[in-house]
Amino acid sequence: MTAAAATTTVSTVRHRPAWAIPAIAVGLVVAYFLVLTFVLSLNPQTSAAAPQIAIQQVANALSIGAIYALIALGYTMVYGIIELINFAHGDVFMMGAFFAVLFAGVGAGSVPGLLHLNGPVENVPLLVLYIAATLAVVMPITGLLNLTIERVFYRPFRGASRLAPLITAVGVSFILQNVALVVFGSGDRNSPQIFPLSWRVDVFGASVPVLNFVILFIALALMFVLQTFVRRTRLGRAMRATALDQQASKLMGVDVNQTIALTFAIGGALAGAAGVVWGYNFGFVRQDLGFNAGLKSFTSAVLGGIGNITGAVLGGFVIGFIENFAASLGLTRWAEFSVFMALTLVLIFRPAGILGQQVGERA
Amino acid sequence: MTAAAFGRKMASDSVSGGLLLHADGVTKRFGGLVAVHDIDFTIPTGSIVSLIGPNGAGKTTFFNIIAGIYDPTAGVVVFNGREMIARSRRAWLEPFIWFMPGFIGLLLTIIAASNGAPDGEIFIIAGITLLALMSTLVIGVARPVRYQKALPRIGIFRSGRPNDMVEAGLGRTFQNIRLFQNMTALENVLVGMHSRLKSTWVDAMFSTPRDRREEKEAAEEARGYLRLVGLRGKDGELAKNLPYGDQRRLEIARALGSKPKLLLLDEPTAGMNPRETQEMIALINRLRTELGLTVLLIEHDMKVVMSISDRVTVLDHGEKIAEGSPAEVRANPKVIEAYLGAPAE
Amino acid sequence: MSATPSVEAEKTGKVEAPNSPRLGEWRTRIRAFTQAHRSWTIVIGMAIGSVVLFFWAAFPPFSFVQGQNTWISGFVNAGVFILLALGLNIVVGFAGLLDLGYAAFFAFGAYLYAFGASPFTHLHLPFLLLLVGGAVVAAVFGIALGAPTLRLRGDYLAIVTLGFGEIVPIVFLNAEKYTQGTNGIGGVDRPNIFGYEFPGIDQTAYYVLMTIVVTIVLILVYRLLDSRIGRAWAAIREDELAAAANGINTVTTKLAAFALGATTAGFAGVLNASKLTIVDPTQFQFQVSFVVLAMIVLGGMGNPFGVAVGAFVLYNIQNVLLKQLNAVTDNLNIPILQDIDFVKFQFLLFGIALVLMMMFRPEGLIPSQRRRQELHSAEADSEADLEALAPDAGEVAL
Repeated sequence: MTAAAATTTVSTVRHRPAWAIPAIAVGLVVAYFLVLTFVLSLNPQTSAAAPQIAIQQVANALSIGAIYALIALGYTMVYGIIELINFAHGDVFMMGAFFAVLFAGVGAGSVPGLLHLNGPVENVPLLVLYIAATLAVVMPITGLLNLTIERVFYRPFRGASRLAPLITAVGVSFILQNVALVVFGSGDRNSPQIFPLSWRVDVFGASVPVLNFVILFIALALMFVLQTFVRRTRLGRAMRATALDQQASKLMGVDVNQTIALTFAIGGALAGAAGVVWGYNFGFVRQDLGFNAGLKSFTSAVLGGIGNITGAVLGGFVIGFIENFAASLGLTRWAEFSVFMALTLVLIFRPAGILGQQVGERA
Repeated sequence: MTAAAFGRKMASDSVSGGLLLHADGVTKRFGGLVAVHDIDFTIPTGSIVSLIGPNGAGKTTFFNIIAGIYDPTAGVVVFNGREMIARSRRAWLEPFIWFMPGFIGLLLTIIAASNGAPDGEIFIIAGITLLALMSTLVIGVARPVRYQKALPRIGIFRSGRPNDMVEAGLGRTFQNIRLFQNMTALENVLVGMHSRLKSTWVDAMFSTPRDRREEKEAAEEARGYLRLVGLRGKDGELAKNLPYGDQRRLEIARALGSKPKLLLLDEPTAGMNPRETQEMIALINRLRTELGLTVLLIEHDMKVVMSISDRVTVLDHGEKIAEGSPAEVRANPKVIEAYLGAPAE
Repeated sequence: MSATPSVEAEKTGKVEAPNSPRLGEWRTRIRAFTQAHRSWTIVIGMAIGSVVLFFWAAFPPFSFVQGQNTWISGFVNAGVFILLALGLNIVVGFAGLLDLGYAAFFAFGAYLYAFGASPFTHLHLPFLLLLVGGAVVAAVFGIALGAPTLRLRGDYLAIVTLGFGEIVPIVFLNAEKYTQGTNGIGGVDRPNIFGYEFPGIDQTAYYVLMTIVVTIVLILVYRLLDSRIGRAWAAIREDELAAAANGINTVTTKLAAFALGATTAGFAGVLNASKLTIVDPTQFQFQVSFVVLAMIVLGGMGNPFGVAVGAFVLYNIQNVLLKQLNAVTDNLNIPILQDIDFVKFQFLLFGIALVLMMMFRPEGLIPSQRRRQELHSAEADSEADLEALAPDAGEVAL
């Protein structure tokens, strides 16, 4: 069994320069832009404004990729530490989106909202305040939710056979979805897009909403904080150690229960942030959001290398771009199909993912 | 000489020389770690050979290579005259072959559909695709002999998987007992006999006379193995409810079920008290004299090693440092050094 | 007697500590008898049970709720779920492979029937042929969808099968030209067996057909359980590596589980389509896979009888009881309860029931002997300790 590391340092043989990853990322984005422009120019309907459309799509892809990455982080950290897929994680994200609506908006279903915002807020300081407040309220709630799920439903099964906790996890996911269905009602619920979509920036002739950059910024900021936490703090070290070898960590005095709980809490909080941001971008929430986005985010985590934090981020963006590519070509209905095919192929041919360690032979 | 030719030569050599197993230059690397390096190893038919060495010497790795769990990074292993372990070159391509016709057919269907071909044609193509997919899947799953012979010719080698080893005549036990805990002793032995039983799920579903007869005879034979190892009357006991010594014996009974030519025992006396150890020694001897088995042991208990082995091989740090009769090995200074002092009484 | 080994196990297990000697002895003897002549027990049991149920449905307490024909129709639908549960039980209960996309095979069976017997394709192939065909097609796709999962660990297997379960209805939905997308394929033929055309209103014929199919499947499933392949599945479930090391070809054995498990879904799909006379993608979503999983967990994973009972009971709870609960609480005029629409809550209740079951009684309501021992190893451990302390008196040294 490969030791799944929640670490981001790959320092055995090759040392990458610090600018390597951002450089590669920028390079890939540019490559995508070029490919998309080319493909769009083949279609007479879109060929005229192909570069501009492509730029907008790149911005979209970055936003959705950031959201998937945030959710994927939760999956990958949890799997890295207890080797269990938290099926309910996607639904925690969904709950986060609903909580954001409840906090900032007019409510959903039978539950009234708090702040009753239902439109864009033009006043910048106020806007920042609202966004920060929403994040500050929703993230702890979803963190707590994820933590509770672990405590109540997963901990009793620790060390037991593989099948039982899995089925329970599926059950918990199903419960969450249906709670949302019952409480908030079915169908799309409106989510206040308080960030004005009219604010745009001109990028080489394309009009790109500032929101996309803000989402990217929030996501990257959170990832940076996580990165720092995992690498520099005592608790972060405990998380990495527990992920590598639970027994040894216990013997070294690490409170494994607390560490696992912390992992779930952090993962849940990030999913909550993703939920908040989703609302701003798409303007709606629905109870099967988690199922859908969860599957794609898990794919991202696997693609990047399960257990690997950088991998989850990388995977999130890759999946975001794949989905965006299919959508840009008008093949929205096949977008999910292609993401799922990606998962299957990765699991067959390179189960360790892009950044994962080489999976050893059958032990 | 190509690797294949070398393997064939070794195979014929070993059969004529009465060697049941012949390993040449076996090396196993895990990433940067070399677990075993350039090991030559033989097991003469009908002998009891022990493999010993300090912890971390690579015994278990080598053992697992012989058992088909790992592929060697280099070297050849010939068992019973056949080169059993081939490097799994491009083994992953095999599923592609199964799905390729289906995939091509699917593409053709999509192309036909988007070019507006008449529905009838599309259905025909789709139908043919489905048939092709079914046939290749069936071939891939059933693996008839012709198919297996054709694969190496296109460069696809499948490494010997553990269940292939069993069919070739290899049986093994595990260091930390891996019985099927929630199955009875009888069922465990019946699973051991799995590869020799012929009835398929079709026979089972229709409860054919052949199936019923085979099940009955198999149960009788299984009880025989249980009696042989000293577990008479414990057929219905769940494996996990058996005392430790009985569990070890059950594992051997299970391994015997496949009527192996070579029995690999991984630390069979671990955790046993002196009386149980004596019984195990007696059992292993009986396996050789009554069943004509050849046995390879990994052992830490020197008393066991010295008393029943015809030959002892010593590994340390992945290399063979000594080989010979028990007395020779015991006196060998390198061996003594490796163990840091004389082995335990 | 030609008893198979697990019969021995069941017998031996049962003899310990009967509470009242007479009762315990009879139970043992009955159990031994039914094990030895199992197929007959199933046929007779099903025959009696189905006849009794059929006629009783016209009388109280059934008649308080709805008419006989409605009950019978419900039983037929329950039968569809029984078939699904029996099949999923092979994959999850016997072989231990958590397949979360089982509804896909249900879809294949149903759409095959729709393609083979509807005005949409102008084909009207014989029903029995399509029944078998549905099973075969489902089996093929069982192999096709199972093959990529063979080397995956349990978690990944679940996710990939979940994904497949998502994809298949999407494909059927999107391929509008061939499946009429969201509208589905309607006007599907009712069964026509040896010239007898099934009527649309009266459900008796469907009931008889379903009973026969379920009986046959039960018999076959039990035979598989106690066979060489049944043991192989159990071995793989326990310890895959040890199973392979004992000569079990895990590839073919697992694929056989997927294929055989899918065949019952194929039957179910054909039967369901022929009853509803319409096939559309919304019938095959994840909820269906989940409900079937809940049925086998609650009924007794691994135990065909338990699973069938679980499916039957749960379906009727879902279909009848919840509606009745609504009627009752509406009439009681208790404010909080009145607002609860139990039907809307049904999936939530299923989820809660599943999770509670897994946490407190994972072997289900009617567990298989083996499973109970697997999942409650604490008691067994203490037994083993006792045995270890008192060495066997009659143990003969080799």
